[in-house]
This record gives sequence, structure tokens and C-alpha cells, in this order.
Amino acid sequence: MTPRPPTPSTIPSKLTVNLVLPYDSLLSAKEVDMVIVPATTGQMGVLPGHVATIAELKPGVLTVHEGNEVKKYFLSSGFAFIHANSVADIMAVEATPLDQIDSSLVQKGLTEFTQKLNAASTDVEKAEAQIGVDVHSALNAALTG
Amino acid sequence: MAMAALRREGRRFAAPIISPQPLNPFRSSISSAEDQAFLGVRSISTQIVRNRMKSVKNIQKITKAMKMVAASKLRAIQTRAENSRGLWQPFTALLGDTPSVDVKKNVIVTISSDKGLCGGINSTSVKISRALHKLNSGPEKESKYVVLGEKAKAQLVRDSKQNIELCITELQKNPLNYTQVSVLADDILKNVEYDALRIVFNKFQSVVSFVPTAATVLSPEAVEREAESGGKLGELDNYEIEGGETKSEVLQNLTEFQFSCVMFNAVLENACSEQGARMSAMDSSSRNAGDMLDRLTLTYNRTRQASITTELTEIISGASALEG
Repeated sequence: MTPRPPTPSTIPSKLTVNLVLPYDSLLSAKEVDMVIVPATTGQMGVLPGHVATIAELKPGVLTVHEGNEVKKYFLSSGFAFIHANSVADIMAVEATPLDQIDSSLVQKGLTEFTQKLNAASTDVEKAEAQIGVDVHSALNAALTG
Repeated sequence: MAMAALRREGRRFAAPIISPQPLNPFRSSISSAEDQAFLGVRSISTQIVRNRMKSVKNIQKITKAMKMVAASKLRAIQTRAENSRGLWQPFTALLGDTPSVDVKKNVIVTISSDKGLCGGINSTSVKISRALHKLNSGPEKESKYVVLGEKAKAQLVRDSKQNIELCITELQKNPLNYTQVSVLADDILKNVEYDALRIVFNKFQSVVSFVPTAATVLSPEAVEREAESGGKLGELDNYEIEGGETKSEVLQNLTEFQFSCVMFNAVLENACSEQGARMSAMDSSSRNAGDMLDRLTLTYNRTRQASITTELTEIISGASALEG
């Protein structure tokens, strides 16, 4: 494993982002201006020099700003570490670019899981249906918002 | 004519006239000649050598095919293993990997293969697991095993049966994916009490080199303790926590996620090492079979020539005895 750079004395100009999934590293040591991560407490913007943070993520949209280009990925939840040396590690189980998501399937999934939630009897079933509803509503919000 | 037919069958019933000196060296190499001795045959049957050659050739073909199969499986899984290496690095950057951590309850997760004929990788994993067990057993410490794979189970059951908590086999029945491994990790975390989990596997460095590795994952309480005592984890307090109500809740989710990520990478790396080890084991086996085949061919030719010579000399000496 390559050692991480030490904390610089002045705030660096760029943020180094690593976006890793179990199957691939989508972004690996990429220098960007800003990322917005979907933390459980809400959307969190990260600029270079951000205070060191461990953030738990909920299903939502990750936005990567680099110069004028903006790339959006839908994350299925995970964790984000922001280190004091302006390196951000984002670990998610799944991440897809927003243009690859089919909105009709999202609607279908949302209605299906809402029905399951209403029909659920045990706690486990309720929890599973609730997770489905959360993810699909987040997908819906991501596509429309 | 008749003699030729008999020679082909490898059988003779004429009593030996000439002493069997030149044939003795062959007797020692192929022991099945003894069962023909009572018929008065002094040469080793070429039939036996021929059978041996056929079986060795078949073995050579089989091991060559197994090597090809292992090579293709390795190609398929190697890219996935390399892609999964980025997954555990952020956790190690944050929490460090401290195999020297001193905790009360250790759980050693040994990853091995289900199938055999893969060289010595399973034995090395078991050796390292046993060493870790010994290091971490003492008056206040204890360590238990969680075994993945048939081969390690067979070796560990012999002497550490009471220390094995969980045994999981047939991991590779379906292609490895993260969902399966996270369910497995969940299972282990729910059923086993631990302060530190030590995952023992073979890291895949190249097709011929596999390094036995132990990755350490701490429980949330152990992380808190180590953070208080300073060292690598001492900087953990500088991190703000976003999400969850309490720090311990987030730490719990974090360590569980870390365990499933490290397990996923470990299982993939071990599968790659298994295929690579099988490739080299089958390759040396085919080469060995080739050498054996060469030696047997030489023996066969010697035997064949010796029996022809013997027959000729008998005929000639018989003929000369009649004339003279």
C-alpha cells in the first residue's frame, strides 16, 4: 500500500479523491476541487482543507466537481473518510453514474417496496421493505432533483 | 512362427539354458516380474511395462488439462482480485493494521480451498493459524478458529476440534461476489464473540509467488481502547463523526464494514493463489510424468531387445547342437 502524504502546513488547492467499490476503483487519487457526499446527516460538501471526518453515508448522489465538469454517481451507502491531508476516501458497495439508471424501473421498484412495507408483518420484513423504499426514493430524488 | 507369437504374448515355456545374468538389473526395477517367475520366464514381460507407460501417459494428459483449466480460472479471477485491492486500503490508512495488538478474545479466520492438488498453500495457512493461536493463548487470552474451506478444516479438526467455532465450506460453488461474502461476514460477526479478528490467507503476488498474510480487524471496543492508548489509532479522536447518534454506533458500523471488505479481498486473493498453486503443481506433475515415461520407454526397449536376443541365441544354439 502506498503511504499517505503527511498533513501539509497550508491548505492545498486540490482535494485528492479515491472512490472504491468491491469490484473496482472508480476514482483513484484524482485531484478535484470539491465533492458532495450523501452523509446520513444530509449532503456534505468537502473542500480541500476540510476537517478530518468519518462520515456514514446513506443511499444518495455523490457529486464530483472538477473545474467546470460535474460528475454525479448514485451511491448505495458506505463510508467516507476525510483526512487532514485533504485526501478523501469514499467506500461504497455500488456506485453508478446517474445516466445509467432507468427511471421507469425506479418507479416500479418504489411502488413494489411500498406495497411490501404495508404488507409486512415481522420486524425483519419491515426493515427490508423500509430499506427498499429508502433506496428507491433516493434514486427517484436523484433522477428528478 | 509359433515362437514369434509366444514372444508377442510375452510368455515363454522353454526352460532357460543360458544363465539370466544380463537380465537381472531389470528384475529389480520392475517388481511384478516375480509373478511370472514360476513359469520359468526369465525376461520381464513387456506387457507390464506397456501398461505402466499407458497409465503414466494418461496421467500426464490429465495433469496437463488440469493446468490449462487452472490457468483459465486464474485469468478470470485475477482481475477481480486486483480491483478489490483498493477496498481495504482506506481502512488501513485510517485504522492501521496492528497484528501485535494484545486483546483477550482472538478469532482466527483461516481461509483455504475446498479442492486439493494445489501445492502447499493450505498447509502454510494452517501453520500460520496454529502459530497465531499459540501466540495468542495464555492465562487471560484465548483464541478460537473460524474455518473456511475443506482443506483447513481437515487439518485443524485433528488437534484443535474444540477451538473451532464455525466451519464454512463450498464457498466457490457460485462465483465469488461481495453479497455472498458480506452475508458470511455478518454470520461470523453475529455468532462469534471477538475483540480482534485475524484473517489468514495467501496473498497473490504473481503466478508463482503466494505470500501467507494475516490481516487484523479490531472490534469497536478494541478500537476505542487502542485510540486511548495512543499510537496509530491515537489520531482517531481528531476525526469528527458524521451520522449516527453516538460515536460507538458509527464505529460499530465501520468495523463491520471493514471486516466484510477485508474478507472479500482475502477470499479473492486466496482463490487466485489456489489456482496459481494448482497450475504449478500440475505443471511439475506433468513434467515428472514425462520423465517417468522416458525412463519406462528405455526399460521397455531394453526388455524387448533382450528377449529377442535370448530367443535368437536359443534357436541358434539349438540348431548348432542338432548339427554338431
